[in-house]
Amino acid sequence: MAAISKFAAAVRSLADLIPGQRARVAAVSGPAASRNRLLEMGLTRGTVIELIRVAPLGDPIELELRGYRLSVRRAEAANVSIESA
Amino acid sequence: MTQSPTTSLQIAVAGNPNSGKTTLFNALTGLRMKVGNYPGVTVEKREGPLTGTNAVLLDLPGVYSLSARSPDEEIARDVLQGRIPGVRRPDVVLLVLDAANLERNLYLATQILDFGAPVVIALNMIDVARRRGVVIDHAALARLLGVPVIPTVASEGEGLDAIRKALTSCAERPPARRPWSLPPAFEAAVEAVAAVMRRSAAVPPRAVSAGALLWLMDYLSGDAPSRRSAERFLGRLSSSDAAALRAAAEALAAELPDAAATAIEARYEWIAGIAAQVVSAPPTAARPGEGATDRIDRYLTHRVIGPVFFAAVMFVLFLSIFAWAQPLMALIEFAQNAVAGLVGDRMSEGPLRSLMTDGVIAGVGAVVAFFPQICILFLCLGVLEDSGYMARAAFIMDRVMSRVGLHGKSFIPLLSSYACAIPGILATRTIEDRRDRFTTIMVAPLMSCSARLPVYIIVIGAVFGDRPWLAAGVMFSMYALGTLTALAMALLFKKTLFAGPRPPFIMELPPYHLPRLSALLRTTWDRSKLFLTNAGTTIFAVCVVIWALSYFPRTDEQDFSPEVRARLAALDAAGPAPSAASPRVGDGASHAARTADPSLLSQSSESRANLIAAERLRLSCLGRLGRFLEPAIEPLGFDWRIGVGILSSFLAREVFVGTIGITFAVGEADEESVALREKLATAVWPDGRPVLTPVTGVGLMVFYVLACQCISTLAVVRKETGSWRWPALMFAYMSVLAYVGAFLVFQIGARALG
Repeated sequence: MAAISKFAAAVRSLADLIPGQRARVAAVSGPAASRNRLLEMGLTRGTVIELIRVAPLGDPIELELRGYRLSVRRAEAANVSIESA
Repeated sequence: MTQSPTTSLQIAVAGNPNSGKTTLFNALTGLRMKVGNYPGVTVEKREGPLTGTNAVLLDLPGVYSLSARSPDEEIARDVLQGRIPGVRRPDVVLLVLDAANLERNLYLATQILDFGAPVVIALNMIDVARRRGVVIDHAALARLLGVPVIPTVASEGEGLDAIRKALTSCAERPPARRPWSLPPAFEAAVEAVAAVMRRSAAVPPRAVSAGALLWLMDYLSGDAPSRRSAERFLGRLSSSDAAALRAAAEALAAELPDAAATAIEARYEWIAGIAAQVVSAPPTAARPGEGATDRIDRYLTHRVIGPVFFAAVMFVLFLSIFAWAQPLMALIEFAQNAVAGLVGDRMSEGPLRSLMTDGVIAGVGAVVAFFPQICILFLCLGVLEDSGYMARAAFIMDRVMSRVGLHGKSFIPLLSSYACAIPGILATRTIEDRRDRFTTIMVAPLMSCSARLPVYIIVIGAVFGDRPWLAAGVMFSMYALGTLTALAMALLFKKTLFAGPRPPFIMELPPYHLPRLSALLRTTWDRSKLFLTNAGTTIFAVCVVIWALSYFPRTDEQDFSPEVRARLAALDAAGPAPSAASPRVGDGASHAARTADPSLLSQSSESRANLIAAERLRLSCLGRLGRFLEPAIEPLGFDWRIGVGILSSFLAREVFVGTIGITFAVGEADEESVALREKLATAVWPDGRPVLTPVTGVGLMVFYVLACQCISTLAVVRKETGSWRWPALMFAYMSVLAYVGAFLVFQIGARALG
């Protein structure tokens, strides 16, 4: 229980993950253009995503999902709410 | 087959970016292709024959989906629907899927299968999948999708024969129902829209269902480009049909508020089911990263090593267009002069000879002079793109660029613009978002290109020549001024003209690949050639116009001002001019200096020729214009002689040094010319004040940093943006910046220095 609540408290979106952490997509929000593109790129509900690394200047971030690598800005990642994988 | 015996089979090659689509296209056509643009847009159109057949392959832009959010997607979709004038609706679609990345690739696949055209699937890069331990049951995939699936390794030529055979013997598909379902309300809306489309015959019968779904997605997506696309389609229908479509969409929106997202998720759900049946990855299967790519990226996107490596790559890129192109450019210049000399010797004196040597040949030269830089830049960009490093460059630089509202992909076009804005502007084609792309285009010419360098060199040499540290500092400041202005203007454009929601940064990081030399050289050549034909025509025409302005009206000695006549008389008295040189002079000093052996000309005849040329230019249309504008540029500290140099520079900045060589009566000059440097340093106004002081020198350079004096750039911007509006705005805002900049430097500088 403690572990779950800790996850829920600290990690609410993709932008909160640290390299090596995995999570499952719960919902994607944000402006229509970015939301639709994220969905089309496969960030649909239930998809398991791992944060691989962060760009040298801290933004954007590199994700792995569905067997490929995708980079998004933290602003986009913050619109992807997650649950524990 | 649908094609009549007289027309060849038309095959469209579709696929995700990085699926190996272009490699497969190259292998199937044996690189015998035609490259051009689609009408009205700058999306590259590549076409070639399918080797050994009379079928034609058309390489579609690589896209992730058929939504209408980028020009690439719109083109791909319009081609598939036969909506592009002059491009036939494909009879067959060759769909290239990356076997190592099947799920996401299947998203586009399901959209294309919806259209009902015959499809052949190339399951490409099957070797990469195998190496990862991923096994794909391609027979099962073929059965589930209802189309032939052929495993290929395009880079090794594996599977090409089977593809060829499948493409030419591919049968019409029975119209299948969409194999995945939507919520009932959505299905009802699709059916309602499809019924209208069927009736209005706006969409080919077999594509009606797919077209209906796509249109609903456009209409309900909620983003501006998709909605625009939906409205465009409505514009082609009768008003009652359009109203019916709108009503169906609004009804769906009311019932299912998030319809577009629902449809995307429904597709992915179906894909997950397919993948579960055909893909088997043992638990030991390597993840995509745990190969060479991840090992490389551990360094290339490392916090410290990454930026250092990036800087090194950019330095090499910079050096190659800046320095390595120089010998080639010098060669072209040499050839140009040689041809001009040759033509000049064989033609009799007169306007025609001048037109040939100073108009036509100089015009061709102005076009071709860029060619080495363009070729080298395209080659470098090709290497960066094909290797996969381009995406990493954007990944590393995005943080910096986003500060001024730009995209990580804007960095390389802007950097390239230090060499020449033209290839920089052409390189913006990788930027998907129109506002990001146009902002990048609009500020690219502010980066100090190599054509400004001769101006900096001659002016710095004239006013700071004796203080090397100061000279270096001033030179650096000019580059810094251009860069900072470009960034500030980008921010301004993004806040005003191109304001709107921030476009998303969602970019695939493809695995690294070793670029293939043959394909690389081929694309470099094709793109460079496209530049020559597109921009070249305009540049050439303007060169001839400027020549005419500087040549006409033709004046004789009796028209010259009394002062010049007196100086000529004084020269004649000092020593008789060799009679052989006199007729030559008629063609202008540049020609005289080029063709006559200097040792045969006495000092006096040379300066006589220079004086006549300077006076003729002063009395020409261009000179009159310069003198007419003198009151306007006097607050900047420039006299008409510099004014004429600036005017002629609007053709190309390189012309400046040559022109002021004539207006200051030193004859043929380049930026190394000591005579010109001295003449500049000692030139005075009628009242004896020096023309070129450190203040006016800096002012002049600031003017050159900020002004858009390059007709070639404007021509390319016209081509890339599809309208004269953008080059006109570019010219206007940069001219204002330049004038204000030089004005401030002169007014403040003159006061501060007393």
